[in-house]
Amino acid sequence: MVNKFLKNGLQKDFEISFGSHIQYLDLIQELALSITKLIGLEEDVSYWIGLSVRESVTNAIRHGNQQDETKKVGLRFKISPDRLMILVQDEGKGFDISSLPDPLDQDNLLKPSGRGIFYVRTFMDDVRFRNRPDGGFEVRMEKRLDNLKGEKDED
Amino acid sequence: MKIEERVVGGVTILDISGKITIGEGSIEIKNKVRELLAAGSKNILLNLGNVGMVDSSGIGELVSSFTTVTNAGGQLKLLNLTKKLKELLAITKLLTVFDSFTDEGEAVGSYS
Repeated sequence: MVNKFLKNGLQKDFEISFGSHIQYLDLIQELALSITKLIGLEEDVSYWIGLSVRESVTNAIRHGNQQDETKKVGLRFKISPDRLMILVQDEGKGFDISSLPDPLDQDNLLKPSGRGIFYVRTFMDDVRFRNRPDGGFEVRMEKRLDNLKGEKDED
Repeated sequence: MKIEERVVGGVTILDISGKITIGEGSIEIKNKVRELLAAGSKNILLNLGNVGMVDSSGIGELVSSFTTVTNAGGQLKLLNLTKKLKELLAITKLLTVFDSFTDEGEAVGSYS
């Protein structure tokens, strides 16, 4: 899938950082949707990417940075013709991802929280987590674009 | 988010519109449900047909409202799930937990 924005084959890079406030979440989700629109992804795929970004940034703000507005969340989109890579970084103390309970376990089905990362893993193709050596937590998620249907630009 | 309340056949229907997301509206549903239970209304139907965006916090609030009503001896059911909300509930196995309907009359008639 190659549209006008991607057709010169160069990687595009878009990066912002912002203070940890949940009131930015709608704006961030809209930003993700605007980027998927620029790439020409279909509505459903865009929606789930937008939700995945929202969930990851929610975690960075709430759990990573503990809603301390002086701590930043970094959000980066790296767009290649064959994939969209999104990085979300916080300035928190890090996290052991293996300690997350399985939301599909019968004992956890009725818990009010614990589904955000599960949704991200469901809707993105490849999701990796790491505690960065210089501090903070990082979520790296990828959506492959080469096998997606999209809106091609007319020349 | 907006919640409008009406009663049909002994069932309190909450017509919810807008977003059910963190910091926007999700707590309002839980508060409204608690208020209804305190007033003795235990049969509650959430009409979600006009709900746009729901995130994991919103899903959590639906679950939390469900357990609060169930623990109080009542029944909370869902009406008019959008395609995307249905998908979010399905992949976290919550469609097996909630009774959901596409027809209001059928939903109201299902309360025992």
